[in-house]
Parts: sequence; structure tokens; C-alpha cells
Amino acid sequence: MKELIKELTEAFGPSGNEDAVRQLIHNRISEHVDQVRVDSLGNLIALKGRNAESDVEPHKIMLAAHMDEIGVIVSYIDEKAFMRFAAVGGVRALHLLGSRVVFADGTIGVIGREKPMEKTEFPTIDKMYIDVGAPDKKQLTRKVGDLGAFMRPFADMGQRMTAKAFDDRIGCAVLVQTLIDLKTTPHDVYCVFTVQEEVGLRGALTSAFGVEPDVAIAVDVTITGDTPEAHPMAVSLGDGPAIKVKDGGMLAHPGVKNWMVETAERLELPYQLEVLEGGTTDAMAIQTSRAGVAAGVLSIPCRYVHSPSEMVDYGDVQNAVHLLVGLLSGPVSI
Amino acid sequence: MQVKDLLKRLSEAEGASGYEAAVRDLVRQEFAQYVDEIRTDSMGNLIALKRGQVAEQSPRRSIMLAGHMDEIGLLVTKLEKGFIRFSTIGGFDLRVLPGQEVTVHGRTDLPGVIGMRPPHVLEKAARDKVVPLDELFVDVGLAESELGSHVRVGDIITLQRPFAELANDLVSGKAFDNRAALVCIAGCLEHLTAMRHTWDVHAVATVQEEVGLKGALTSAFGIGPDVGIALDVTHGNMPGVSEVDTVKIGEGPAIGFGPNIHPLMFSRLVQAANTFEIVHQTEPIPTHSGTDAWAIQVTRAGIPTAVVSIPLRYMHTTVETLALTDLRRTSRLLAVFIANLDEKFAQQLGLEQLNA
Amino acid sequence: MLLKELSEAFGVSGHEDAVRQLILNTVRDSVDEHRVDALGNLIALKKGDGPSRRKVMIAAHMDEVGLMIVHIEKEGWLRFQPVGAIDDRILLAKRVLIGDNHLPGVIGVAPIHLLDYKARNQVPKRKDLSIDIGVSSKEDAERKVKPGDYAAFDIAYAELGGQLRTAKGKAFDDRAGCAVLIELLRDRYPFDLHAVFTVQEEIGARGARVAAHAIAPDVAFVLEGTICDDMPKKRDVSPTTDLGAGPAITLMDRSMIADQRLVRLLADTAEKRTIPHQFKQPGRGSTDAGAIHLSREGAPSAVVSVPVRNLHAPVSLLSLKDLNDTVRLMRESLYQLTELDLSR
Repeated sequence: MKELIKELTEAFGPSGNEDAVRQLIHNRISEHVDQVRVDSLGNLIALKGRNAESDVEPHKIMLAAHMDEIGVIVSYIDEKAFMRFAAVGGVRALHLLGSRVVFADGTIGVIGREKPMEKTEFPTIDKMYIDVGAPDKKQLTRKVGDLGAFMRPFADMGQRMTAKAFDDRIGCAVLVQTLIDLKTTPHDVYCVFTVQEEVGLRGALTSAFGVEPDVAIAVDVTITGDTPEAHPMAVSLGDGPAIKVKDGGMLAHPGVKNWMVETAERLELPYQLEVLEGGTTDAMAIQTSRAGVAAGVLSIPCRYVHSPSEMVDYGDVQNAVHLLVGLLSGPVSI
Repeated sequence: MQVKDLLKRLSEAEGASGYEAAVRDLVRQEFAQYVDEIRTDSMGNLIALKRGQVAEQSPRRSIMLAGHMDEIGLLVTKLEKGFIRFSTIGGFDLRVLPGQEVTVHGRTDLPGVIGMRPPHVLEKAARDKVVPLDELFVDVGLAESELGSHVRVGDIITLQRPFAELANDLVSGKAFDNRAALVCIAGCLEHLTAMRHTWDVHAVATVQEEVGLKGALTSAFGIGPDVGIALDVTHGNMPGVSEVDTVKIGEGPAIGFGPNIHPLMFSRLVQAANTFEIVHQTEPIPTHSGTDAWAIQVTRAGIPTAVVSIPLRYMHTTVETLALTDLRRTSRLLAVFIANLDEKFAQQLGLEQLNA
Repeated sequence: MLLKELSEAFGVSGHEDAVRQLILNTVRDSVDEHRVDALGNLIALKKGDGPSRRKVMIAAHMDEVGLMIVHIEKEGWLRFQPVGAIDDRILLAKRVLIGDNHLPGVIGVAPIHLLDYKARNQVPKRKDLSIDIGVSSKEDAERKVKPGDYAAFDIAYAELGGQLRTAKGKAFDDRAGCAVLIELLRDRYPFDLHAVFTVQEEIGARGARVAAHAIAPDVAFVLEGTICDDMPKKRDVSPTTDLGAGPAITLMDRSMIADQRLVRLLADTAEKRTIPHQFKQPGRGSTDAGAIHLSREGAPSAVVSVPVRNLHAPVSLLSLKDLNDTVRLMRESLYQLTELDLSR
């Protein structure tokens, strides 16, 4: 699975420009699903229909993981070809200092910063610019509106891995692997690889309206509280995938949460319970679609979220897949 | 129906956003006496239907009344050295927490208190600052080794405050926001059993209003009513708050006016109040009403909505205070408004000729 | 073009009636059907004269930012709150018109002669400001106004001429967009055109949300008046848009990422027909398209805007040349729309 993860994290896909990621995923899942379609916003919707002969009550289950990553958008180009930019999604200025970004065609840019007024001035995006090394504006092929993403290779550290965009390519990888490993299911499983989550859960909103699920589980990252002087939080890397109780945008349906807990315990899989104070996931948008959906979240613990070097534990990732396969193979009990 | 008794029972019940079951059971028992059908939807909204008596050839119209069941609450985020760290569900004033009694809904319900370090050990400067969330802990009196088998991350914590009677028929307790509205809706339904009304009434006890109007959004979509009224509380006159920002306790329900309210719904409510001599006030609401109406109004192709609010002091604390007389007036206003809904009003609102 | 009447009409978010009536009177003969929905949107249909089954929605919002009277003091001063995003600092010493009778009032300020140095350099808090309508008691005030009445800025429209043919007036955001949409309705297109004059954009794109749900368009355009921040400033990294540089095409704002195919259609059409145009600086502002593009299963959307100086302030400025170029760009692009492949 590490090869899949590497391929996904290194792909280019800032919000609004997820084509490359979508293509990758499509190639990986097409032989494991019954139907695939792309909706008008660009969400990839794959259906694995029920194929189990059983008297388990079938449900329409939607799983969601977002394909987009945070990035930057060129907003202004001066005569010397230095490019000002705005954030696409929750990009923190601190992470940009000294970073490289890459554009869709592979052009590389370096992020520079104006001289601060005082030594202690906190870096802000409006005082930064992208330098692609072009001598002047005339020789620049970039234009206002171009999107860039962090440039950082995947690194396998053994039990742990680091890369940019584990948020949420790791969720995508988990869903892809789940589709591969799930042999029989009594449910209609819709795996939706969403777009534009980082700029407002937009793909989840429209895809949920189209799919109309009974139950939904989003797979996304969550932060941990296990690093030095961290904000107190009960999730740690390596203690298993996290079953969300609440985050900054939603309360998980207690029935879905309990179903996930009971299944993990039955299958003797490690798990943690998660309360996240800031941030949310696609599940928030899905939950209030139409007349409401019973929604929960399975989180992959991740350190340094939204930095170019996010870190996850391989065991947590594999256990997330096992848990999802277990959930989808049997009855829904919420 | 005993207004004071019902408010006391609802107030003392526990139902933080997302975990409203105990309140829902109480509301179900109460509403069931007056309606034809009751169901719970996937989000947990309680939807009670009292059918109108409509003539054979006439279109069936409906009104949705929404009052949220949830209250703000807390939940466990981490166990540390025998103490419980927590986070908030809904908009909390952190200042009211030190010294507050709580119940931790772990494996069993555990009484606890939010501790406060004594003045003797604090620096003078610290005493002028609000205690931040990461310095607040719930103490249930258990040792570190036993805490984990009773409490886990994600367990809900509710605030404790028994109901109290003050002078002049004023009462005080927790969660009057928005249990008071549910009392009004129950009262309205009771009145309607003795009145003729042609429009169907969907009385909805919504969930998760405090965390984003979620129950209102989904229940309104599911029901698709012709019009809607959100019942909630609003700020009543109290010391330290300018008159500009409040309405008056004891002067009846406040009928809202502004972009979140359909002007014809407003005028018809005021007309009903005047005709039936129900003491009321009006309340200008320049934008977001802060109620379920904000969600109901923009459901599907749009719904004419109104906001009717009960004056309340000290909102989102455990000493919320209101006048029982305002509850009785609100129930009557809703009932006479509903009983007088007719097809002519539907035409004035521009509602579709036939119900889809 | 009736920009003057549109600008001077009264339509704060939640009470767009006068603007709606004006627009309805103007477009009534240009459209095949019209209706007003539960929130007050004016929804007009101009049927297509071609075989295209595409449903196109074009929206412009009728509402402007303004004030609501919330309380009357015993001396007769009126306290107010903003409706929509208004910088408190532009309120000082301005004239407003209140209610449907357009009662004049002034937002007064204590004279500097009576203020100490510190007070002179402080921004008065909005809740300390009040409107003076000339009465001296609450009873007198209550005969003329009531809490809940809306107030809009009292600004007359005028054309200032010059190369850019500038005009000044209030509420060019988004009466300029309304003016463009009214012009577009004079023509018939090969597809059904659902023109929506929306309400309550300034407080959260609320009208657009329900209108889009009802119409379920295949593609949508929003016509706006947008930020033009081209005054000289210390660090000039972008004016967002330039006055006189033509209609501004949005690539990305805070509420929406524009559909790239529609952006290309607009840009290509502008090039082919030599219509001046610009790209709005990404990352600023939000529009009705934020709600429309996420309606139901989503609708590819784009935003085209007239640059407007002093947005959300009493006196805004635009170039009539920009306005006309916006009409031209939209009209020409709409004629190319049927050829555009919007499948995935």
C-alpha cells in the first residue's frame, strides 16, 4: 500500500484542480467497482453494489475522502516576474517560508519574503511572493490564476511516513485499498473522492445531494496531542485509527460512532476516540444534506497537518482499512 | 397542562446538542397527547403532526413550528491525573464555569464539579483574568487509576441546576433556551385540540440548533412546509445591558421583523395578537435571527418564515430567567394564528396553487 | 440604461420591494414569464428560440447594504444596526433616508471644537452613533418611524463624464449588475434564460440559494459590481480590479472557484471580439455564485463584474464604458454558450 500512498501524495491537486489525482484514483479502482462517474464539480463517484446473498438489511453507504490539497493561487505579477499569491485553503504563512511550490506543468517556484519591518514581525502571506526564476514578466509563462501546490517528496520512515498532503490523500488511499480488499458487501457502497474540501466542503455538498445516502463515513486526518507542549488532545500516532465524537463543525451521529466502536472491538482492532476542537471534514456537509444523513468520521492520526511534512503511522492506516472492510461487510447497526 | 411543571421537567432533563434523547422522550410524551402522528427522523428531530380539517376540494397547507431541544453542553477531551479536560458544545461563556456543578455521562452518571484554585495560591494579576478553557477541569472525585474505567473521551457533560421560583411568576433554571419554546409549542397544540384549523401543523422539536441549526435544516427539507415559525428565546431587560439590545420580560412574546422574516407573516402575527388582545412586543432583527428560522427560510425553494421569541435574561448560563406569563401568551398567540390560517393567506403569500 | 433610477431606488437587504417593482416594470415586456418567490426574488423566464435544452441562470442582486432602526431614545434619537458589511468609519456625518416615506435623517458627530485630542483620533463606536430626524422626543419620533424601519444612504446619481465616462451614485453593488441583466434581456438566446434578480445577497447569498434550488440550472452566471481598489496606496500589490479596464472575470473568490471552461469562454470571446476585459484578483469577495454553484448536484458557474470604487460606502463610482463592455462581453459569450461542452 505504500506505493499507492506515495503516488497519491506526490500528485498535483490543489482545490479546483484535482484532475491528476482523480485520474490516478480512477486507474486504481476501475476494476474493483461496478460504476464510476464524475459529477459537474469534479467529484469521482464509484459504486460497489451489493453482491452478498444475505438477509442483512441493505443500506446506501457513502464514504468520502477529499482529493484536493491546500495550495496557492497567483494573484498578481510584477514587471520583474515576482508573483504575489493568495492562499487556497488553510495555508499557514509559517509553512511557506523557504518552501518550494510546483505548478501543474511542473514549473518550480521558491517562496521569498519582503524584509520585515522589525525582527520580530510575524510572517504573513501578503508580504511574500513566488520566484520562478524568470528574468522578467515577458519571459514568464505563468499567469494570474495559476495554482501551485507544496513540493515535497514522500519519505518512508519505516513504521511512520511523511509527505505533503496526507490530508487527505491518505484518506483516498484508505478508500482505494478498502475497495480493493472488500470482496463481498450486502450494501450499496458509494466511494466518493471529493473536490474542494479545503475551501469549504464544496464537493461533499453536491455529491451527497446526488448520492442520497442513508449512512456516511468520511475518512480524513486528525491532529494528535503527542508532541512536545502540544495542545491537549487524546489522540496519538500509532494507537489506531480515531473514531470521531465531535470536531469544530459537527457531532458524529452517536449510532454511527457506536457501530464503529463495537465493530473495532469485535474485530480486535486498535482505535481511539477523538474530539477535535478546530477543523472539520466532509462529513459536516454530508450530515445536513436533504433530510439528513447519519454521518460519522474515521480519522487517521496525523502530526503537522497542513505543513509540507505531515506524518502518519502505517499501522493506523492499515487498521483503518481493516475497520472499514469490517463495517461494510456486515450489518449497519445504528 | 401545567406550564411551570412542564418547564421544570424539561429544564432539568439533559440534552446537549447531538445527545438529546432524554429530552426527546419527554417531549414525545407531552406532544403525543395532542397530535395524530409522531416520528423521529435520522438526525433525531421529533416531528409531530396534527392534521387540519380541510374541505374536500381545497389544497392541504402546512405550517412548521420549530423549537430546539438541545442545550449547550460540554464533552470530555482527555483524562489527566484523575481530572477531566473538556471542550464545549455550542456557545459558552467560560466565565460562568468555575464552581459549576455538572454530571458526567460516563458508564454511569457521575456528579462532578468544575474546580477552581483558591485565591490564596493565585497571583493577584491572575484573579483579574478569565480562566481559560485549558485551565478548567471537571473533578468527579475518583482516583486516577479508576477514572478511566468510568469515563472516556467523548463522554457528554451536562450542567446541573435545579429549577427555582422567583417573585412575580418569574422562574430560573438552565436550558430555558430552548425548553421554554417547547413548552409554548405544547401549549399551542393543547389549545388547538379545542379549535378548528385547516392547515396541518408540524410541531418539530429540533436537534443541534446550538451547533449550526442542523436539525431545522434537515427537518424543514424533509417536511417541505408552506410556512414556518421558529420559536426561540431572546434577550430580556437585565442589569448591565443597554435597552437598545433587549426586549421586556413580562411584556409578551417578541415578534421579529427583518430579512429573516416574511413581512406578511410578521403583519399577520401582529394582527392576530391585536385582534385577540394578546400582550406582545416587536423586535427588529437586522440580519441573522440566531434561530432555526435562518435555516428554515432558505430550505429548498424558500419558505416564508417568522420568528417568535420569549424574553429571557442571562442566556446560556444556568440561571436563565423568564416570566411564565410570557409562555402562556406565546402559546395562545401561536394557536390563534394557526386557527386563522386560510387559503386566502396562501394566495397572498404566492404559494403554489396545488400542493406538490 | 436606467442606472440612475436603479441606483436611487431603495432596497436594503430584506426590503428590496421598490427595486423589484422598478425592475419588473422595466423587463415585463422583455420576458415571457415572471414570478416572485417566498424570499422576494424576481424570477423571469425568457424562452429560447433555438433547439438548446440547456437551462441558463443569470443572477444579479437587488439589495444594497444599509441600516435598520432598532431603538428610539427618549430624546428622539434613533439607534441603528448595519444590514450587511459596513465599515463604521464611513457612517460619520452622512445623510440617510428612512422607511418607505424616505424620511431624511443625519448621522451626526460631536464637533471637534468640543473634543479633546484623544477623542478626535478615535473611531466612534457604531453603537454610540444615532440618527437625528429633527424631533426632540420619543413620542414625536414614533409618529414618523418605528424600530424595524430600514435606512439607506441619501446619495443622488450623477454622470461625471471624462474618458472613462464615470458615474457616481449609491449601490452600484449591485445595481450595475441589475442594469447589465436588464440589457441582456432585450435579446433572445438559443436557450431558456432564467434571469433572477435576487434578494439578500449582502447577508449571505440567501435569495440566490433558494432560486437556484427552484430553477436547477445547467450553468449559471452572476453579474456583480466588484471591488476596485485602485487608489494610490503605500504597498500597491493589486487594485483587485482597475476602473476602465473592462469587465472583470473572476477566477476564484472566497465563495467559489469559477468553472475553468466558462472562464475560457469569456476570455476567448473577449479576445475575439476585442472587448476590454481583466481578471479580478483571486481570493477577494464572495457572490451569489457561492450559493448557486453548490445547489443540488452543482452547477458550473462564473462571475463577471463591473469594477466599482468605494464598495459598501455611500458614494460609489463606476465607468459607463466598463458597464457597456460588460453587456457586450456577456451577450457575445451567451451566443457561444450552446457550443460549449460542459460534460465531464
